[in-house]
Amino acid sequence: MKLVYFAWVRERIGREIETVALPQEVETVTDLLTWLKGRGDGYAAALEYPEVIRVAVDHEHVEHEAKLPADGEVALFPPMTGG
Amino acid sequence: MAERCQPLVRVEAEDFDIAAEIDRLTAGRKDVGAVVTFTGRCRDESGRLAALELEHYPGMAEAEIGRIADEAVERWPLTGLTVIHRFGKLRPGENIVLVVAASTHRKAALEAADFLMDYLKSRAPFWKKEHPAGGEEGRWVEAKTEDEKALGRWGKV
Repeated sequence: MKLVYFAWVRERIGREIETVALPQEVETVTDLLTWLKGRGDGYAAALEYPEVIRVAVDHEHVEHEAKLPADGEVALFPPMTGG
Repeated sequence: MAERCQPLVRVEAEDFDIAAEIDRLTAGRKDVGAVVTFTGRCRDESGRLAALELEHYPGMAEAEIGRIADEAVERWPLTGLTVIHRFGKLRPGENIVLVVAASTHRKAALEAADFLMDYLKSRAPFWKKEHPAGGEEGRWVEAKTEDEKALGRWGKV
C-alpha cells in the first residue's frame, strides 16, 4: 500500500510518501489511522485527533468507515483550505 | 436540453489571464448571454504577510475539481465553464483561483460559480500556509467550519 501525506500531516510524520505492508487485521480507514498512530512519535503527533484527518483512496475522498483496497494509493491530510 | 459543455480545469503555478479566459468561452458565440467570473486573490489585511504557500495533491486536485465541475454542468445549463487553481508561493495581491461560468441567462452562471467556490474550498485538495514577514515560521491556515456548512445549501452531491 502506498501512503502519501500532505500539509501538517506530512510535516509531523516527517515524510511525504512511503510504502507499507499492512497487517491483515487493518481493514478500514479507521484501522489504518489507529495502526499508523502506533508507528512512532511523528505519527502519534500527526494522528493525535484521527477524526479530523481526511482520507482519499486513489484520488477520491472516502469516509473513515470505508474498506481499504487491496492495493493503491491512500492519502492522509488535514481539512482542505483551497479556493 | 442542450448538450452539456465540457469544463476546462487547470491546476498550475503560473498566473492566469482573466480576459483571455472569458474570450475562450465567448469568442465567435452568439448564444452566450452571461459570463460570471470569480477571482480569489491572496490578501493581506494586517500588512504582515510575506507570502501564502499553496500545497496541493497533484492528480487528485485536477480530478476533484473535475468532479465538482462536472456536477455543475449537470445541474445548470452552462455554455462553458473554466476553473483554474494555482499552487506554489503567492504574494499578497496575486491571483489564486479563477472560475468562469458562461450561460444563456445569468442565473445559471451566477449560481454555478457560487457552487464551484463553495465546493473548491472544502473538497479540492489544497492547503494554505501563511509565511509572515520577518522570516518567522510559517503557519497552516485552519479550515473554517462555515466553509463546510456552506455546502449544505447545495444538497447532496
